[in-house]
Amino acid sequence: MTEIVVYTILLIVLTPPLGAYMYRVYTRERIGRAEGLLYRMLAVDPKAEQSWRRYASSCLWFSVISMVLIYLLMRFQQHLPLNPNHLSAVNPYVSFNTAASFTTNTNWQAYGGETTMSYLTQMLALTFQNFVSAAVGMAVLIALIRGLIRSKRDELGNFWVDLVRSTIYILLPMAILVAIVLMTQGVIQTLGANSVVHGIQGFKQTLARGPVASQIAIKQLGTNGGGFFNVNSAHPFEGGTPLGNFVEDFAILWIAAGLTYTFGRMVGSLRQGWTIFAVMWVLMVAGLVLTVPGERHATPAMQAAGIPASTANMEGKEVRYGPDASSLWAVTTTDASNGSVNSMHDSYQSLGMVGPMFNMAIGEVVFGGVGSGLYGMIFFVIIAVFIGGLMVGRTPEYLGKKIGSRAVKYSAIAVLVPFVVVLLFTAIAVVMSSTVAAAPNAPGPHGFSEIFYAFISMGNNNGSAFAGLTASGPYYAITGGIAMLVSRFVPLLCALALGGTLGRDGTVPFTPGTLRTDTPLFGTLLGFVIVIIGALTFLPGLALGPIVEHLMHGGLS
Amino acid sequence: MATQAPAQAPAPEPRTEAHAGGVKARPLFDPPIVKRAAVDSFLKLDPRTLWRNPVMFVVEIVSLIVTIRLVSDIVNGGPVAFDAAIAFWLWFTVVFANFAEAMAEGRGKAQAEALRKTRADLVARRLKNDGTEETVPASQLRAGDTVVVSAGELIPGDGEIEEGIASVDESAITGESAPVIRESGGDRSAVTAGTKVLSDWIKVRVTADPGQSFLDRMITLVEGAERQKTPNEIALLILLTKFTIIFLIVIVALQPFAIYAGDRLSDSVLVALFVCLIPTTIGGLLSAIGIAGMDRLVQRNVLAMSGRAVEAAGDVSALLLDKTGTITLGNRHAVAFIPAPGVGEQDLAEVAQIASLADETPEGRSIVVLAKERFGIRERELLETRAAFVPFTAQTRMSGIDMDGTQIRKGAVDAVAAWCGREMPAELEAQVERIARSGATPLAVARDRQPLGVIELKDVIKQGLVERFAQLRKMGIKTVMITGDNVLTAAAIAQESGVDDFLAEATPETKMALIKKEQAGGILVAMTGDGTNDAPALAQADVGVAMNTGTTAAKEAGNMVDLDSDPTKLMDIVEIGKQLLITRGALTTFSIANDVAKYFAIIPAMFAAYYGGALNTLNIMHLRTPESAILSAVIFNALVIIALIPLALRGVRYRPVGAEGLLRRNLLIYGLGGIIVPFIGIKLIDLLLALVHFP
Repeated sequence: MTEIVVYTILLIVLTPPLGAYMYRVYTRERIGRAEGLLYRMLAVDPKAEQSWRRYASSCLWFSVISMVLIYLLMRFQQHLPLNPNHLSAVNPYVSFNTAASFTTNTNWQAYGGETTMSYLTQMLALTFQNFVSAAVGMAVLIALIRGLIRSKRDELGNFWVDLVRSTIYILLPMAILVAIVLMTQGVIQTLGANSVVHGIQGFKQTLARGPVASQIAIKQLGTNGGGFFNVNSAHPFEGGTPLGNFVEDFAILWIAAGLTYTFGRMVGSLRQGWTIFAVMWVLMVAGLVLTVPGERHATPAMQAAGIPASTANMEGKEVRYGPDASSLWAVTTTDASNGSVNSMHDSYQSLGMVGPMFNMAIGEVVFGGVGSGLYGMIFFVIIAVFIGGLMVGRTPEYLGKKIGSRAVKYSAIAVLVPFVVVLLFTAIAVVMSSTVAAAPNAPGPHGFSEIFYAFISMGNNNGSAFAGLTASGPYYAITGGIAMLVSRFVPLLCALALGGTLGRDGTVPFTPGTLRTDTPLFGTLLGFVIVIIGALTFLPGLALGPIVEHLMHGGLS
Repeated sequence: MATQAPAQAPAPEPRTEAHAGGVKARPLFDPPIVKRAAVDSFLKLDPRTLWRNPVMFVVEIVSLIVTIRLVSDIVNGGPVAFDAAIAFWLWFTVVFANFAEAMAEGRGKAQAEALRKTRADLVARRLKNDGTEETVPASQLRAGDTVVVSAGELIPGDGEIEEGIASVDESAITGESAPVIRESGGDRSAVTAGTKVLSDWIKVRVTADPGQSFLDRMITLVEGAERQKTPNEIALLILLTKFTIIFLIVIVALQPFAIYAGDRLSDSVLVALFVCLIPTTIGGLLSAIGIAGMDRLVQRNVLAMSGRAVEAAGDVSALLLDKTGTITLGNRHAVAFIPAPGVGEQDLAEVAQIASLADETPEGRSIVVLAKERFGIRERELLETRAAFVPFTAQTRMSGIDMDGTQIRKGAVDAVAAWCGREMPAELEAQVERIARSGATPLAVARDRQPLGVIELKDVIKQGLVERFAQLRKMGIKTVMITGDNVLTAAAIAQESGVDDFLAEATPETKMALIKKEQAGGILVAMTGDGTNDAPALAQADVGVAMNTGTTAAKEAGNMVDLDSDPTKLMDIVEIGKQLLITRGALTTFSIANDVAKYFAIIPAMFAAYYGGALNTLNIMHLRTPESAILSAVIFNALVIIALIPLALRGVRYRPVGAEGLLRRNLLIYGLGGIIVPFIGIKLIDLLLALVHFP
């Protein structure tokens, strides 16, 4: 319990300093020496701003090239250096899925890391993408904010500048710091090959090793989630001590939380930022309330086997973390688009997964992915402002911008498209025998949850999984890849288009007749809009998955 | 525009109540309108017109699918009672939505018909080039023709009076029975087709081609035939369409989910859930809300040229109000007699009264009344005296009376001083300055070139304005008083009336500059005007309300016409605009909030036979059977449209409590209420279905 309380409070306390720092990074005029060098290498004029279309096209080209490079690296890793364990080429489905996954900041892993990816692939393709895919999300957010604060301007900033600054001033230094802390907490960092050890009883065991700490730090900070090892942060070399675990968990939400403060500073009203923070914080705590208590008790199956109800549900959990630190992680990793795990979600109480599935399904806006979480939240804000603004009798306005049909259209599409992708791909998967067979607990509600969870996770760029599902088959790999690409780039383009249209508009002065968007009342409205839209879309699926499973095992006790 | 009524000009009597005559206030459910709307609601099922409303169009399509299924089931001899009931209520969901729209249109249509009758009967006496007359139907008149209209005849076309003066009954258009004076030249030369000349005759140059007259435009407007969707309506429709798509996908995905869980769901059950989830309540009422908003303006005798203008009215943040007629009554009243040193106040009052006996202006009458009230001085019979009246002229700027060798004059202080041939006494000068500074007007009185004192004439500020302006301020609307007065006077009146700002010594140019300045800051501006020189500003303002008494140019420049010519109504117009938006927002919230209860009714019912009925736990309303639960939700969904028609037509009540207060209130009523009400409604319908032995 203590770690949960400390976590939630520490998040409030540490948001302003990081947010203020990031505000300085994004608004400073002077070009630093290191970044200047990078611009010269990229042949970019850092003073030249881009319209939303140019910004978007830079962003897309960067992502396409990244994705192709990752794909090629995986397909040819057997011919490339830094492959001490002599791993062969990755198959094309998994390569496509993984390329899509890491470019979109999802880090869904249709493979086991230590047995599939060479060190070069891990570092150059995966760890590098962990930085830049996160930086893309942050850059797009900053561009959208510029649209909100500018008036009658076409430009939203320069993508390359925002990308470089996010990487070298925010993600890189923080990752180095966190990596060093983690190394002191038992997370390993080496380029040496796997080592073979002999146990005391004489049997041989291969211990997978590698450059773990460097990848783990950014996997958490950049809300990536793709672990070095198959079991992710449950692995002792990846998760480390309980303190290391806490640091990793905190790193999931820190930047996303800090960005709400950066947002407040940029729009010139900290209250605006804190209102959004508060809505996120409350939804996070609600998720914890839904998930944490259940894990302290035995599951119905355990009880049926004679284990007393007061025993914690430790199936799939690490003993060194215990139920609270595990379920805290389960909630935070799905609040964000992180998806790393330190316990196996498949083994949670049925009702305990409703919260994490819901968190992801609404588009991960409870802090969410770095950048993408806040711009995702802004879509909901626009919808809430539109409905609320009408109710006060004026054309709705947000931060001095009139919310017209274009803004509503972009926001609604951004929210809608991931919903469509998740529901349709799940619908197909649950009626095909081959895909149903990939879920070990099918038929039955739990098998449904496994499949539904997979698409909710991929279709919202989370990347976490119910461990049971075998997702390396062609259907999951391909539709999953499509789901990740669509649900990343449609909202991202909507965010830039929204920024573009708002930036071109003039600004209207605030009057007492204007809907205030920095009050608890608006926060409440926003929270309800998110919960109602999410519930209306996903209730049937959740009812046929975790909810009915829970009810079958003894109802609402 | 009469920015300041000159002392002697007849000022328009301000009306406090918006009457309705030609435009009648009808009860909400007028039987003939209801009857016609009932028929129309079936005619509107035509998909060629229904597709404009995407939400209801979708409902129609799925109703059709269920009906076709039903027919094939009947042919195959399966059990049909449940499917038939679902199909029936789905169709009625669409019919009820059509009924709402038809009701909203019905009121306008009835008014349009009355106006059409007026137009059909018009005959014109057209002047030919040789000066002779010919009688032609009004429909043959072209702009540029000249017609003659005598007492008792209807004016055949819109135009300007070229010659003559007449009193005109405009009740056919305005509903106001008191006749108005129309004369050639100046700002009162415009006449409207369909109005009746009561006395004298006029020669009118026609300014509108057939189909273009004010009467024609009015018919189109009240009928709503050319109604275009407004920007907010479009944005809302986009949002509603997106919601519809989301729920379509939810339903499409639900069938495979169900197959995985055990069995197929029947089409009628899926369709039932779909129709319950999509925002049919707001979708069905949306166009009725828009039409009713325009209609509410018509009820107050304001014609809006477009729905966009009504919506803009809700967004207005600055009201430019003319001092005269809006803030002050059209004229000044005497409030005090201030005698010169050595003169008794009663003497002054007596002389002032005599000087004003022949003065029929409201100012003159108020002096007589004040003298009577203060000193009981009775009006003398003028016939007893051999008095000669000296009328007011622009040159002398005085009026007065000569009797029994005594000359009495009253008028502007400097004019009277000049007549006396000397300066006013210093004490009096000080008083004059004090009066001027307080925003009042000093009127000097002299007898036999001897100054006796001054009368203080004050602008009379209308009742209740201070509160009204405070309310507007709460809603974020700034009031700016426009006046031709000097800065001193303007500041004093501005302070007394509670406006936020004022523009003194206003000219059409300064007014225009003010509007542009506000607009540059992103503020929407509303104003009223009636003169030709107001036309550019009326066109520039976001909401320009032209007075019906005004010139054609003014009426064409503005985007609204006030048939009562009451500038105060600008504030009502703003409220109607806000009400329109609030109604849309409130019903959208209500519509979406309703879905929570519908899920709790339908999901457990749908999956009653799955997984051993485990989901029955979610049947928190304890609905009797799955069939009854689903049908109850569908019936509730249809009936709620009917239940909300009065609200859609009347509009959600607007309260000037500030944005935060409004939001809190509406969220509680329509958000929280929207979650709770259907739980009760669906339960009740379920119980009623038991009474009719529905399984």
